[in-house]
Amino acid sequence: MTVYIVKRLLLMIPTLVGVAILTFVLLRIVPGDVVEARYLTQGNQFQSQELMDLERKKLGLDQPLWKQFTTYMAGLARLDFGLSMWTGAPITEEIKLRFVLSLQVAIMASIIATLLAIPLGILAAVKQDTWIDYAVRVFSIAGLAMPSFWLGILMILCMLLVFHWVPPMVFTPFWVSPSENLAQLIWPALAVGYRYSAVSTRMMRSSMLEVLREDYIRTARAKGLWLKLILARHAVKNAMLPVITVIGLEFAFLLGGLVVTEQVFNLNGLGLLFVESISHRDYTMTQALVLLVAAATVLVNFLVDIAYGWVDPRIHYR
Amino acid sequence: MAATPGTLEDLRAARPPGLVAKAWRMSRERPLGAIGLVIIVFMVIAAAAAGWIAPYDPLINHYDAMLSPPTLKHLLGTDAFGRDVFSRVIYGSRTALAVGLGASLLGAIFGAVIGVASAYFGGRFDLYMQRLMDMLLSFPLIVLALVVIAILGTGVQNVILAIAVPMIPRCARVVRSSALAVREMPYIDAARASGFSHNRIILRHMLPNVMAPTLIMLTSFLGQAILLEASLSFIGLGVQEPVAAWGLMLRGAAVEFAETAPWMAIFPGLAISLAVFAFNLFGDSLRDALDPRLRTR
Repeated sequence: MTVYIVKRLLLMIPTLVGVAILTFVLLRIVPGDVVEARYLTQGNQFQSQELMDLERKKLGLDQPLWKQFTTYMAGLARLDFGLSMWTGAPITEEIKLRFVLSLQVAIMASIIATLLAIPLGILAAVKQDTWIDYAVRVFSIAGLAMPSFWLGILMILCMLLVFHWVPPMVFTPFWVSPSENLAQLIWPALAVGYRYSAVSTRMMRSSMLEVLREDYIRTARAKGLWLKLILARHAVKNAMLPVITVIGLEFAFLLGGLVVTEQVFNLNGLGLLFVESISHRDYTMTQALVLLVAAATVLVNFLVDIAYGWVDPRIHYR
Repeated sequence: MAATPGTLEDLRAARPPGLVAKAWRMSRERPLGAIGLVIIVFMVIAAAAAGWIAPYDPLINHYDAMLSPPTLKHLLGTDAFGRDVFSRVIYGSRTALAVGLGASLLGAIFGAVIGVASAYFGGRFDLYMQRLMDMLLSFPLIVLALVVIAILGTGVQNVILAIAVPMIPRCARVVRSSALAVREMPYIDAARASGFSHNRIILRHMLPNVMAPTLIMLTSFLGQAILLEASLSFIGLGVQEPVAAWGLMLRGAAVEFAETAPWMAIFPGLAISLAVFAFNLFGDSLRDALDPRLRTR
């Protein structure tokens, strides 16, 4: 087991290095750089070439690509992401603030999605082909169809028209004021959580249907066990496996993929930072963010595999 | 009792069912898929005949009726520039369909070719291809699309490409797993023994045999592509004004004036949801019909 864990952790490194190289190359293909983004888009077309060259020199953009690349890689090896090309602040500082917010929304949305998905999936499977099953399926397909940013707009609109109240627009950390913090973040978490519950609900339903046809369930029923007990003790745990995968993967995507929802709720999270850093051509920041999201995905994949072994004792890793 | 088939039943089975009969059978067997198909047909009609259905030009400003609530003159009201929301929703179906179809087709075709080639050549090519796909898969859909947008810029064509790129690895992975089985078939050996080129074997012998998973991926991408286009346009990095696109209609004024003019925020979102809903329903049914292993029982 330990050998397996170490091997998996080591295997993450080539993937992440690949991602780093890929983003480095992709970013440099884009015409324009941070200096042009800063000076030419501010309506000032007549910046002197010397000033821009000076700025480039300060940021190290005048050096040949291979040199920029080795500097970047050397920094990565020391886990040093450098300074943001746009603000000049250390990247770890810039990301830390937003990471707290995005992580909290992602965790809350995942919890909401799980709380919705598992009971609904079980219910639909047990009541297969009744109106309850159909209602659950339509509910989940509708969740997949509604853009979460539109759901967010509707939620704000409802609160405005019905309660004449808008959620606070300024982020307060959870440890400063839990009520203020939740009043702001529960809405995006709900909008996103509902959407992400859809996939898990369908997964839970279909894997539950499969498990309910197993021989051991028939045996349990034949010996007269109570249906609720069969579900709780025999069926649910076995049906959870594929659902854990889906929830895990979605969690990783939630961390960096909330670009649009964050805009609706005016949240200053990782997604917004990502869009800004791309439009500012802030190479260092974009590289760090992409790497962060990729690392989260790879790590969650790994944790999901570990969780498999924990839920299903038949699975052994060597 | 000997099996004596009823002659009338025999006759009915022998005659190929007409389109109406087929549609009737589908609506009986897969009601949800049929509902999806009906909505899709309506959407295609709306897109094709937008010029006749829409009462106004979607780009014309009615300065006398800015932010007008839904009336008989403007069925779904007007936006902050006095443009008719109903006409823009109708014309928006063109953008949604063009981007949805274009991106899913591109993504599915490239994904299928990469998946099949990866399975066919195997070995080192397969390994490197799969690692590359893994790398691309470690980005959320929208993040990868944003990176492509950053490289290419905005606009309808670039949005199609930006949405197609993240679809490719997803399709390639699914197609590869089916192609691995196809590769072991005797007819592939026969084709190789006959001295056919790799290109010919991949395109003529393997691709047609992974059509089912490719088609399934294509339809499941359609809804996602429409949703992604709406999201990109909503944050201003997709289709640009003044083109009529649903995501774009939800941007800016629709949020600012949401309290006084909620129709601007409600109807385009409804159109997105309905379209994606329809494609998802249809895609689900198609998957059930084509892939018995994944059948939702």
